Amino acid sequence: MSPVSRGFHRRRQDPAESAGRVPPGQYVTKDFPVLSAGPTPHTALGQWTFSIGRGGQQKTWSWAEFRALPSQDVTVDIHCVTKWSKLDTAWQGVSVDTLLELAGHDGPFAMAHCDGGYTTNLPVPDLTGGKAWVAYAYDGQPLAPEHGGPARLLVPHLYFWKSAKWVRSLELRDTNDPGFWENYGYHIYGDPWREQRYAGD
Amino acid sequence: MEAVDGNAIGGLLHEVFGTEMTDAASVCGSCGAARQVAELVVYLRAPGTVVRCRSCDSVLMVFVKIHDRTCVDLLGLAAFG
Amino acid sequence: MAGTALRRRLTWQVAKVSAVTAETASVRTLTLDVPDWPGHQAGQHLDIRLTDEDGYVAERSYSIASAPGEPVAITVERLDDGEVSPYLTDELRAGDDLELRGPIGGYFVWEPEDGGPLLLLAGGSGIVPLRSILRHRERAGSTVPVRLLYSSRTLNDVIYRAEFDRPASGVEVIHTLTRNQPPGWSGYARRVDVALLAEVAWPAAAMPLAYVCGPTSFVEAVSQALVQSGYPPERVKTERFGATGGT
Repeated sequence: MSPVSRGFHRRRQDPAESAGRVPPGQYVTKDFPVLSAGPTPHTALGQWTFSIGRGGQQKTWSWAEFRALPSQDVTVDIHCVTKWSKLDTAWQGVSVDTLLELAGHDGPFAMAHCDGGYTTNLPVPDLTGGKAWVAYAYDGQPLAPEHGGPARLLVPHLYFWKSAKWVRSLELRDTNDPGFWENYGYHIYGDPWREQRYAGD
Repeated sequence: MEAVDGNAIGGLLHEVFGTEMTDAASVCGSCGAARQVAELVVYLRAPGTVVRCRSCDSVLMVFVKIHDRTCVDLLGLAAFG
Repeated sequence: MAGTALRRRLTWQVAKVSAVTAETASVRTLTLDVPDWPGHQAGQHLDIRLTDEDGYVAERSYSIASAPGEPVAITVERLDDGEVSPYLTDELRAGDDLELRGPIGGYFVWEPEDGGPLLLLAGGSGIVPLRSILRHRERAGSTVPVRLLYSSRTLNDVIYRAEFDRPASGVEVIHTLTRNQPPGWSGYARRVDVALLAEVAWPAAAMPLAYVCGPTSFVEAVSQALVQSGYPPERVKTERFGATGGT
């Protein structure tokens, strides 16, 4: 280990507020850091669509149609692979369960596709059973572009790189192909409670 | 986090390639744009380090620190050095 | 000498802080005693690495503020929500260790034989590497003409103000204060734009060399304006610090 820098410490977590809620190696932050692998896309709502399906068989919603779907207000803890965790984050969005039912499609795996070209892969069982949403509001406000607006995937039980910003479709697949970060060495699944940050962890 | 430029990864590149690289030439594999590394677009802590073409935004290089190793992907470049 | 500085192996080493100097309310210059320093070029930077007791590591880059031949120094602006900068400006004291590697950089550097006339454009703490260039020019006895255009929020945010109040021979310093100005201020009071550059910059026909450093948005706006006014892109060197100037 490098020599310790006298008096330096990362932002400390308050043990009382986070008992049992913080996965190994994480610290709690009150900020909401913005991480990005590329420029922030700006898609006009009139152009925005969300699709789910496979190949030529997609169910697609316009922004107005999507916003008319039944939505949920959820409060969840989120965990970033760069070691910060943020507790009690409040979102509004459409449950992926709802989207899959309406699409009438199935598949063991899904690839999220996003404006700007970002992708991430997930097993469909991690998107269902009340575990995932396509979220368009954060903390009572429309989701800001820097945080993934108009809408992002929200899958809080996995590291937050799986909660793909600027999501435009979920493509159902038979194979668990790696998405953007998975391709560059991040873990194919990403369970923060087993500290699955990198391939092989 | 706002983008910076290739100057910001001078230390990382020196560590990986063993020499100063910020003034090295790069050619984008997608659009052919030729630039010095210092003038490329860099996203730090993305969570990894992502280097993109200033002309077409294509990913040119990705660096990920996996435990004690630095993994390097240069497949977006047509030429480098 | 310059060739040696560029081709050496880059390794982390432990330096000692020899002095901490206040430049402004939120800016400090750290003078460092680096045991194995190979010398540097004006415009280069170094990387700092901080480690806490749990093994958590944070790394940042800072431009070298001093000229080649002077003791190594970096100038750091404290960002209120920064993870590293408040430690460097408020906690570190003379006698403390600081792990660093450097010098780094082969693009954003200037030597007298690179010529001019020089146009240096600084946004906030982007002044740091440009100050190294100015000090190097003076120490080398260069007569290359220089115009420094330095954009700050207020007069109290101007770093190295005393130095710039008495610039070296052949150096013109032009300030612009973008947020507020002292009573009686007759200088520029807005962000650098094409019109301001038209009044201040060397004409393109003079074949100037420009160095632009500061937050990304400043560098983008200024470098585009320079190219728009006829500067060949290869004569405009840029160094972007990001929105928060390096954290």
